[in-house]
Amino acid sequence: MNIQDTQPKVMRESKNKIRVEFDRTPLIERLKAKFLSVYFLKNVVWYVFRLCLLIGIAYVVLFPFFSQIASSFMGPEDFVDVTVRLIPKHFTLDTYKAVLSELGYWQAFGKTFVLSFSCAVVQMFICSLIGYGFAKFRFRGNNLLFMLVMLTMIIPHQTLQLSMFMTFRYFDVFEIFGFLAGGGITVFGETFLEGVIDITALFPARSKIATIWTEHGLNLCNTYAPLIIMSFTGLAFKNGLYIYMLRQFFTGVPDALEESAYLDGAGTFRTFLQIILPLSVPMMITVFLFAFCWQWTDDFYTTMFFTSTKSILLSKGFIAIPSSLKLEYAGTDLYNMAIRNTCGLVIILPLVILYLFCQNFLVQGIERSGLTAD
Amino acid sequence: MTNELKLDRLLNGKGTQPKKRKIASLDRRKARAGWFFVLPFIIGFILIYLPMVFDSIKMSFNEMKMLPNGGYELIPVGFGNYYEALFEDPNYVQTLVTGLKQLVFDIPAILIFSLFMAVMLNQKMVGRAAFRAILFLPVVISTGVFASNQMSNTLDDYMGSTDGIDDGSGQSSAAEIVSAMDIERLFEGMKIGTELKDYVVTMVNDIFDIVNRSGVQMLIFLAALQSISPAIYESCRIDGATSWETFWKITLPMISPMILVNGVYTVIDSFTSSNNTIMRFIAQKYVEADGQTLSSAMAWMYFLIVILIVAAVAGIFSMFVFYQKRDM
Repeated sequence: MNIQDTQPKVMRESKNKIRVEFDRTPLIERLKAKFLSVYFLKNVVWYVFRLCLLIGIAYVVLFPFFSQIASSFMGPEDFVDVTVRLIPKHFTLDTYKAVLSELGYWQAFGKTFVLSFSCAVVQMFICSLIGYGFAKFRFRGNNLLFMLVMLTMIIPHQTLQLSMFMTFRYFDVFEIFGFLAGGGITVFGETFLEGVIDITALFPARSKIATIWTEHGLNLCNTYAPLIIMSFTGLAFKNGLYIYMLRQFFTGVPDALEESAYLDGAGTFRTFLQIILPLSVPMMITVFLFAFCWQWTDDFYTTMFFTSTKSILLSKGFIAIPSSLKLEYAGTDLYNMAIRNTCGLVIILPLVILYLFCQNFLVQGIERSGLTAD
Repeated sequence: MTNELKLDRLLNGKGTQPKKRKIASLDRRKARAGWFFVLPFIIGFILIYLPMVFDSIKMSFNEMKMLPNGGYELIPVGFGNYYEALFEDPNYVQTLVTGLKQLVFDIPAILIFSLFMAVMLNQKMVGRAAFRAILFLPVVISTGVFASNQMSNTLDDYMGSTDGIDDGSGQSSAAEIVSAMDIERLFEGMKIGTELKDYVVTMVNDIFDIVNRSGVQMLIFLAALQSISPAIYESCRIDGATSWETFWKITLPMISPMILVNGVYTVIDSFTSSNNTIMRFIAQKYVEADGQTLSSAMAWMYFLIVILIVAAVAGIFSMFVFYQKRDM
């Protein structure tokens, strides 16, 4: 219908208010026009299709968790009963109790938390330093250096496993530690100055320093040091990825911000700390989340560096069957698997909680990063 | 600049010198600051990483013997380890070939899936935040120890299956989401070889694995999608393009640099993940005490192959990459 044809009726209600009445299309016509169009139909079909697909994929992701959570509450009887699927018939908390008390969960939790948290904080800070350096400063050889960063990501640490272990088992920088402990300095295969000083003798024989400091260097196994050192130098697990992500993020930060800070008399480092870092909180949290979670669930480095049985972390060593739950009967395979899964669940439970708090930042950080390849 | 200075310059004839030096020094100062920022990496690279790489290469040419006093000794064996890995070890070459084949099949699947999911999650709809949270969950959770626990998991199949009788082994036949039969019926009319059909079937059945491994890629694609200006889409819509055309003509070229990045990342990630067949094989060799340096040799050979594949993937993808001119 055309509004120009029929003149709308204007009524003055009060001094400042008018009411306009004009013929509207009947409601049914309007609804028809809206809901019976191909456009609308297409949208509905697409919407339903998309929803089904996403729900399906979400189900695929979540089903293992459902089944593991369900089985963690099942008693051993439920695994021989073929009618029991996903809903426990003999509801029990025994598995959790045994896993938490007998495997030393809280102790391992504390150690893992200290390790993961310190590594993640250090990696977050160091990687943003390095990423900022690559993003904002043009110095000679920066492209070459960035290629080297990528190289550290490409060479899998598994390739370097043996030498990485050896490096930190006999950790030394220019043989200084070995020399100070009475070892010699080797130049072209010849050893000089052996046993000149031995400062390890100053420490009591049973102290921690005396046990790790030998003439072959420092024995850093079973300490947090290897992972912390690697974090400090941007060489830890997937740090190449973090550096790349942060570099892309910082490239997107306008130069004008820094220039104004320089004009106000701030140095580069201060600008970085006070201007750039507060801007990049979502990205930093993303990196922190990755670093923390990947360190938490890591079993490659922990099994490599933590060789003694004493320092149990929440790693492969933690996944075991508590002695009070050891049973001998036909369905025991599934039951044992359920116990192992329960161990896995209690390992990742803190991460799930952390993730729920941080996931908003995760998407935000990535979205704002303006990731582009250039 | 004062007049005196100008006059001074005119008289002496070398007046531009101080000015030039000053600019250079600012540049140099910035360059020095840059070095300072990347210093941690340089120190670590030179003092720790480089020796580590060289040691690893050296060890792959040596036999290692632990000394009783806590040190170790290297006995050079030349290409012995490589020879042993390639010609004497019964499983290495076989594992390498099957593992590589599997990875080559997985990578396109991961790329396509993550792009698809990123496009999905980029659209506005009810519960988008929840779906995002669920789909990114595997990025942080399903790694390392949890993933390796998951690998040997028969319980999920058991829980999902509807078979009545279970012999306690946990093996069940109903673990597959779709079987080859269903797909076969679907593709009956089309002239498609069995290879493609098998590929689709394995891809669908591995969906859990693929979802787990495409988290970071999804994030990167999502970021790239967000950075496309809405104005382009708008003008496209005004010109009458359908969403299908828009995807192929706008979205895909615009995110093609990210496809390159993701392709390389996927190759690296899946080749270096500790859960793939070859990595587990090498790790197992490392654990077996007697032939320790053998694992180094195997790993380096594997790494060479990975580098070649990364180079190939980067080369192939970069042919199709479209770079938007930014300074216009």
